Amino acid sequence: MAPHAEQLTRPAVQLRGLTRSFEGRTVLDGIDLDLPAGQFTALLGHSGSGKSTLLRAVAGLDHEVAGSGRLTAPERVSVVFQDSRLLPWQRVLDNVLLGLDGKEADRKGREALAEVGLKGRERAWPNELSGGEAQRAALARSLVREPELLLADEPFGALDALTRIRMHVLLRQLWERHRPSVLLVTHDVDEAIVLADRVLVLDQGRIGLDLTIDRPHPRSYRDPLLGEYRERLLAALGVTEDHK
Amino acid sequence: MSATVTTTATAPVTPTEASPQVRRRRRLSPGRRLPATRLLGPALILALWAAASAAGQLDPGAIPAPWTVLETGVHLWTDGTLPNDILTSLQRAGSGFAIGLTAGIALALAAGLSRTGEALIDGSVQLNRAIPTLGLIPLFILWLGIGETFKVAIIAIVVYIPIYLNTHSALSGIDHRFVELAEVQGLSRYAFIRRIVIPGALPGFFVGLRLGVTGSWLGLVVLEQINATSGLGYMMFQAQNYGQTDVILVGLVVYGIFGLISDSAVRLIERRVLSWRRTLSS
Repeated sequence: MAPHAEQLTRPAVQLRGLTRSFEGRTVLDGIDLDLPAGQFTALLGHSGSGKSTLLRAVAGLDHEVAGSGRLTAPERVSVVFQDSRLLPWQRVLDNVLLGLDGKEADRKGREALAEVGLKGRERAWPNELSGGEAQRAALARSLVREPELLLADEPFGALDALTRIRMHVLLRQLWERHRPSVLLVTHDVDEAIVLADRVLVLDQGRIGLDLTIDRPHPRSYRDPLLGEYRERLLAALGVTEDHK
Repeated sequence: MSATVTTTATAPVTPTEASPQVRRRRRLSPGRRLPATRLLGPALILALWAAASAAGQLDPGAIPAPWTVLETGVHLWTDGTLPNDILTSLQRAGSGFAIGLTAGIALALAAGLSRTGEALIDGSVQLNRAIPTLGLIPLFILWLGIGETFKVAIIAIVVYIPIYLNTHSALSGIDHRFVELAEVQGLSRYAFIRRIVIPGALPGFFVGLRLGVTGSWLGLVVLEQINATSGLGYMMFQAQNYGQTDVILVGLVVYGIFGLISDSAVRLIERRVLSWRRTLSS
């Protein structure tokens, strides 16, 4: 049971019997899942386990995928992809403001950029940014829309190890400030343990393990008490000692 | 997180010792470009031409001296025939180009942005492309008469095809990831076209534009040499009848200047509009 379950009564995301299949191969097999509002959840799984399919279904991006089931999600949803997906022909600020209009937009965009540590880079072209900076800009673009739900599809998968650690800190800070529900898809067990308060393991189209991680933040990778969670998650993923 | 510390226990290396100094590898690229070297080749050819003419090695009837060509050019300019012919040619090329450009863009947008448009337009244009446009000249003369209209129509066809083809392929090649992004960001269809489709298709459009500009001059030369009563090509055709090689060379020089100026103009606009790309090549 999640520790905040009593306070967080209305779930932000609700899946009931969600099924998705590609060319007859069932990828999601009747998933029931509630994500409470404001919860930071990580979704783990092997590559090909359907975790991206699940995220894309919640984002409403699976146009031509066969499937059934009921799915409710908030109105304001932002997605952060593995690639920063910045438009190369628009300057950083214009990229952040993509799809946003109104008088306040410009100011909000600048604030969001300052929040992710890109103050002063508003006029830069995306090609001039490093991988980490580009992903920060992508985070700013998703934040500026004040999402109720933030979906992140392996957002740090393409970054180097040092940049990834910094981005973990940043993402957690941003979550604490804005409190959207977060669904972070990752294949990195440590990333899931350090960031999330609840970790789901997707296995053969179903939620194989639903684990609440009850440790204070900021968490350290070397926290020995996290080791136990790591063992349980690795076991759920089918990685045993002799595989390591 | 483990850190490996490597310490070197060996004595400091001096250049005279056994370990050799790093020698730079032989460079395989041609190296840095020398300034203004592109003009060197043409200048050398011009110098050879002038030297051969001055030495009396060239038959002035076949290849007149550079200064004779210049003189003829000045003469034709001052008596008013050259400016008149240039103006006529420019009008033909200009209006044909404008119509071809508009048609190319409009058709590419219609075919690239809707499946119905694609079904109706793309096949027809591909068919049109398969027919050599200059082969349409006899038919167009019968339809439109031998006046200006048919010349402009032929140039327009020569221009619209490369513009359509390149713009359409750029439009249909828009990165799917950006389409997904537009959906996530909740862009309207109009905002999607304006902020993603059009900027994304511009590089392809400029390739077509440059081919179209070259095509307009090519069409012009052919049209004016086979059936015209005015214009640069007509001037050269007449000169051929009277054996005036110098006049023909003047015509060629003017065509060359037109081609060069229009191509540089397109390149300049391209550099301005696609300034975000410069960060890639630098």
